[in-house]
Amino acid sequence: MRDENYHTQTHSTEGYLDMELLRFTTAGSVDDGKSTLIGRLLYDSKSIFEDQLDSIEQASVRMGAEGTNLALLTDGLRAEREQGITIDVAYRYFATPKRKFIIADTPGHIQYTRNMVTGASTANAAIVLIDARNGVLEQTKRHAFIASLLQIPHVLLCVNKMDLIDFSQEKYEEIKKDFNDVANKLNIPDIHFIPISAKDGDNVVNKSENTPWYEGPTLLHLLETITITSDRNYNDKRLPVQYVIRPQNDKYHDFRGYAGRVAGGVFKKGDKVAIMPSGIESTIKSIPTLNGELDSAFPPLSVVLELEDDIDISRGDMIVDAANKSYSTTEMDLMLTWMSERPMNPGGKYILKHTSNEVKCKISNIHYSLDINKLEIKDKGKAFQLNDIGRVSIKTTKPLNWDPYVKNRITGSLILIEEGTNNTVGAGMLIEPGK
Amino acid sequence: MDKYAIKHLRELEAESIFVIREVAAQFDRPVMLFSGGKDSIVMFHLARKAFWPAKVPFPLMHIDTGHNFDETIAFRDDLAKKTGTQIVVKYVQDTIDAGKVVEETGFDASRNMLQTTTLLDAVEQEQYDAAMGGGRRDEEKARAKERFFSHRDDFGQWDPKNQRPELWNLFNGRKNMGEHFRIFPISNWTEMDVWQYILLENIEIPSIYFTHTRKVFKRNGVWLAWAPFMNLRDSEEVVECQVRCRTIGDITNTGLTESKASSLEDIVQEVAATRTTERGARADDKRSEAAMEDRKKEGYF
Repeated sequence: MRDENYHTQTHSTEGYLDMELLRFTTAGSVDDGKSTLIGRLLYDSKSIFEDQLDSIEQASVRMGAEGTNLALLTDGLRAEREQGITIDVAYRYFATPKRKFIIADTPGHIQYTRNMVTGASTANAAIVLIDARNGVLEQTKRHAFIASLLQIPHVLLCVNKMDLIDFSQEKYEEIKKDFNDVANKLNIPDIHFIPISAKDGDNVVNKSENTPWYEGPTLLHLLETITITSDRNYNDKRLPVQYVIRPQNDKYHDFRGYAGRVAGGVFKKGDKVAIMPSGIESTIKSIPTLNGELDSAFPPLSVVLELEDDIDISRGDMIVDAANKSYSTTEMDLMLTWMSERPMNPGGKYILKHTSNEVKCKISNIHYSLDINKLEIKDKGKAFQLNDIGRVSIKTTKPLNWDPYVKNRITGSLILIEEGTNNTVGAGMLIEPGK
Repeated sequence: MDKYAIKHLRELEAESIFVIREVAAQFDRPVMLFSGGKDSIVMFHLARKAFWPAKVPFPLMHIDTGHNFDETIAFRDDLAKKTGTQIVVKYVQDTIDAGKVVEETGFDASRNMLQTTTLLDAVEQEQYDAAMGGGRRDEEKARAKERFFSHRDDFGQWDPKNQRPELWNLFNGRKNMGEHFRIFPISNWTEMDVWQYILLENIEIPSIYFTHTRKVFKRNGVWLAWAPFMNLRDSEEVVECQVRCRTIGDITNTGLTESKASSLEDIVQEVAATRTTERGARADDKRSEAAMEDRKKEGYF
């Protein structure tokens, strides 16, 4: 059975072929040492190549830095090197024998909240950095809020620059308590605390002798071991139809396959399914691939489903469990982040993308926007500006097939696009009716 | 839950297939850029899986500098034939002959930069609205910020400060007349992932990736392949060596690695042990620290 290959590898290079993939985002304020931390992870895990190191060593000397500035590894674009700030989401890669990691490195200062949301949208974990000298700041609350809003399953809170507070356990415990007070008001399922020094490497990859009182794992050990398979939804069968495959050749004359990436649940041959929004039912006939049939299809695989019955299904429809359907409505409430310099046009029309659907929508009601530093309501009924986050109601021209974001990050998320410029201006997370 | 644990290569595969299907669904005239190198070979393999049992619903396009490894061209034509895929070839020589670009002169002359004009002309002539490329974010600093769906204005240019945010798996491919997209389905793959996947899926690659004896000469500390049109300095001597390609590009600036790797397993082991990046061997990126950023803004791959 082909399916077995997803679980076991028999090649001689085992150890490279059987890694899991973890995506994490990093959030921190300008001087929290975020770029240094990433540089440290790459450096200590031996993911930096000699020519890269040469190039940043030379650049460090040119810029008059003492020693090698590891932050230069991640500051990619010329404007950033000149201004010394990260201005956009940059993706970094490294691997240990246990896992492959994708880092979405996002800027921390306030005008780039949109980038933090972007990096958080695909992350399994978030590293939030605190400068040990400053403790929990408004910016920390903002990072924690975004992790909670975007439902990142794991938050790893790194208290950095411990060397500058003499590795004081007392101060570390104080910061921990302050952060827990913030987190208690939010919805973060799993939080870990680690005292580190990114500059010197304490508790990043190797356990530090400077913190004998800390008995927890190093940051890298946590990244290698936190459970990620349970973060996916294996209960509610969801397959947004992306593309209809019709070979129209002699061998596959009548073949009709519905291609898409499984957004939830486990599909098996013989399963009773329904097509949203029509609700018409059918049965799964097969899950064919180039390398033979699959036994089951589950997140995050991209598959093709063949059904027993000849039904009219097209892009934008969703194949679901016949006994456990998604919502299908034209009116819904969502938490919305505004990502454009141009303020929201209340009552104006926007293009909405949700799973494989594209429809027009109108923002019918603006409930409130939040002050995400204080975690309280800022305005009611006022059009959103860049980086505003709050609750709105929308009305669409055609029904969306959706789930609440807290149940499913794929079928619960959407973006708004401005007509004319075609820019992505909003990112939304759908809310359960009545909540 | 562990029963549904999947390995990183399968997750990367699923993501890339999703992106390729999204391109076929959102665009009218997509094309897949194909250089004959390992990245474009993997990307094409993913495209075949994405639409099976149907054929890949877009053509491949090769921007041919005329300075090729013969083995790559033979491989390209053979693959197109075997899979019944249309391949469009555009020649940098035609762009030069039309007087649109002036060829560099001197010992380090390369047609690498000239490809950009040929590519943009081809996109315009053929009215392609999306060109998929095998670029990876781990290759180079400027690429680390590239989107899967990268918007290009009607001059084909990239504006790194004005990129659309990309959230979840929602890709915004909307555009105005004359604009197009560059799309990078294997953005999240590293060099190691590509080799492991070639091994896992047993994908055929050009013979020059494996060790072979070749006439080479050393320039700026890098082995380059000798070809009749290469200008040699007096101090440069052609010798025979056991080498292989770590990347395949234009022959004038593709550095060769001294290697005995004769199987995919050997290559994976070699990549795992190596201490320099694959682009470290490419003369085109060495010209200045911000070289790639400048080329990308102008519309390079």
